[in-house]
Amino acid sequence: MKLSVIFGGEKYNFNSLKDVMAKANEEKSGDQLAGIAAESVQQRIAAKAVLSELLVKDIRENPLVPQENDEVSRIIEGDINEQIYGEIKNWSIEQLREYILSNETGDRELKRLSKGMNSEIIAAVTKLMSNLDLVHAANKVEILSTCNITIGQKGTLSSRLQPNHPTDNIDGIIASLKEGLSYGIGDAVIGINPVDDSVESVKKVLHATKDFINDWSIPTQNCVLAHITTQMKAIKQGAPADMIFQSIAGTEIANRSFGISADLIKEAEELVKKHGTGTGPNLFYFETGQGSELSAEAHMGIDQVTLESRNYGFARHFNPYIVNTVVGFIGPEYLYNNKQVIRAGLEDHFMGKMHGLPMGVDICYTNHIKADQNDIEDLSVLLTAAGVNFIIAAAMGDDVMLNYQSMSFHDVATLLQTFGKKPAPEYLAWLEKMGIYENGRLSARAGDLSIFER
Amino acid sequence: MNEQLVSMITQLVMEKMGNNASDKSYHDTAVPTENQKETLIKFHNTVANANYADEVVSPSTIEQSNEPLIKLYHSESSNHEQSYYSASNDESTYTSVPITEFKFEEDEVSESVQAAKKHTPARIGVGRAGTRPKTKTWLKFRLDHAAAVDAVYGEVTEELLQKLNVFQVTTKVTDKEEYITRPDLGRRLSDESKALLQSKCQKNPKVQIIISNGLSASAIEENVQDVYLALQQSLSNLKIEIGTTFYIDKGRVALMDEIGELLQAEVIVYLIGERPGLVSAESMSAYICYQPRIGTVEADRMVVSNIHKGGIPPLEAGAYLGTVVQKILHYKASGVGLVAKEG
Repeated sequence: MKLSVIFGGEKYNFNSLKDVMAKANEEKSGDQLAGIAAESVQQRIAAKAVLSELLVKDIRENPLVPQENDEVSRIIEGDINEQIYGEIKNWSIEQLREYILSNETGDRELKRLSKGMNSEIIAAVTKLMSNLDLVHAANKVEILSTCNITIGQKGTLSSRLQPNHPTDNIDGIIASLKEGLSYGIGDAVIGINPVDDSVESVKKVLHATKDFINDWSIPTQNCVLAHITTQMKAIKQGAPADMIFQSIAGTEIANRSFGISADLIKEAEELVKKHGTGTGPNLFYFETGQGSELSAEAHMGIDQVTLESRNYGFARHFNPYIVNTVVGFIGPEYLYNNKQVIRAGLEDHFMGKMHGLPMGVDICYTNHIKADQNDIEDLSVLLTAAGVNFIIAAAMGDDVMLNYQSMSFHDVATLLQTFGKKPAPEYLAWLEKMGIYENGRLSARAGDLSIFER
Repeated sequence: MNEQLVSMITQLVMEKMGNNASDKSYHDTAVPTENQKETLIKFHNTVANANYADEVVSPSTIEQSNEPLIKLYHSESSNHEQSYYSASNDESTYTSVPITEFKFEEDEVSESVQAAKKHTPARIGVGRAGTRPKTKTWLKFRLDHAAAVDAVYGEVTEELLQKLNVFQVTTKVTDKEEYITRPDLGRRLSDESKALLQSKCQKNPKVQIIISNGLSASAIEENVQDVYLALQQSLSNLKIEIGTTFYIDKGRVALMDEIGELLQAEVIVYLIGERPGLVSAESMSAYICYQPRIGTVEADRMVVSNIHKGGIPPLEAGAYLGTVVQKILHYKASGVGLVAKEG
């Protein structure tokens, strides 16, 4: 493995694959915090150059996290198709990038390629991609997934309706839910982050949302984003959950700090298949985000793009219905400003799609980061162009429970109309039946929550 | 939790405070119902996305208060407003147009919307311009965000520390910028502070209470006195002994691990200012952990968040925290460990 290069007369040496991978990243405050980022812009580009000449097999044969120590590594390794890997193992990362971008390479080819790559290979090629590369390549892929309805079709943009409430008050949740539905939001999922993680409270919210969905015959699915163990208890006690949610990470140690393991997820899978209300086959909702491993002090000296990619390697093992990177939530110590959030959002979406995942993004920011609503509107346009499966929406983008800002109901409607996209077909038919959509866009009555009064 | 105990402590503290001006707001604030009280606690890492160790994330509620849902300049001091007015006055000498307060009132909203808005502080029933938000809705949102941004950080006054009778220690963080970009430094005490704690603090305390400005000094200014008083009262009623309380400038949540290690505390209660939200910039959290030590996992921390006058009233929160500490000491576990032991 060649880890040095002379670049513009200057010699650059990197001491390991881990080092090259970290220094080849676009600037991220989290990599700087971990003490592994490039020390100059030129060094960054030198690292990219070194990386471009490495072979696919160099990356697989020099694991950043050995399988013996880490179940995430074992899962990723176990899911590689050797036949397809054999076809690409002698490619350089440069060739891999150009294959992905080639006009001869489309949806079918990329899905095949996906099976032969581990998460580190996908991360490596991501580091050689420009923002527009990431948009363009991700948009080639169409990933469908089915819980109660199917989402992800080309030409669609779905949304998670997030009607959170600061005390899990059911009337309050339903009020925001009606508002969101009246803007045509919620085909991906109606998902509530509970304040109270108790089984009783989770059951209450699952019942309330499911009842509402049934009362209005809404072709969608519900979810309460409590800890997986709490949801499992609620389901065992008869609560109606269409899928199971969990935040995941890219190392076993970080997963352990979240109180999860692969075995626990398998156990949840058995349970939700037997006792969940979702049709499937896709019954998981996973959330990720760059920096969470570092935050849990479980990053093992690896950069946050590579670790994020490993989230997706772990996720794909469980055939999720939706995967979502919460890109601006983590704070400025990991993603410092609008520029870093935008880059991370595009990277995560691309890496998820390259893993064959139904990838969504919570395009968001907190109040102590250097970004505002205009910045996430920018990112939403880029991600819609990139064919993101779904995005998150709250009333006016203001989440009154989690205290951060995401996209608004208005924003989803605007993106759909601007790009000529539609909600998922089954959902669109329902919106038309309800008089919320007319001729493929919001009707005059849309935006009025009294539609849901009898 | 012991409902009776919480209300008794709250009552006791309020009586002690007598005519103290700060208690009048609690009469205006509805006491949470039984149901809501159960929602006071959650695990730090189990809310989606909240698995980031250093992010103090909190819900805010103002529905129990009679105040308007969105207040202008809610986080700003009166002299700030003053300066707006004086600037305006200067301008008015150049133009003869009278200066008036900008009106954010929405157009007439339907009864349905009015009814729905009673249940949530969310920005619903706002209408639209095509697919976009209306101008006033948009400006109000931007103004609230601006206020939240301006409210991030801040220093707690010397006066408050004197009132609380606590001394101050520092972390390895030197300034604000470093505080937000270097959480690792906010999780470690400065060397002088370590020495100070060794010499000033009681060792092996049953309960160690610590306080930090975190991301909002105004959260501490507004709430800490009442919470601290009620918590002390509650613990004393439960015959649980407290160590030597102190204040940390620019601390992170996981700093409790180093402190737990240093002082060999059995339980730590950490009162810290939350990241300002659009609805409130004065919200405080209490993180509680059984035997926090270097390497403690996030899933073992518990948090009572949303402590402010429009959310969980500070006196109630303090009294409630006492009962949480009692339970933790009983089961010798917190967070996910506590759930497992409770069965």
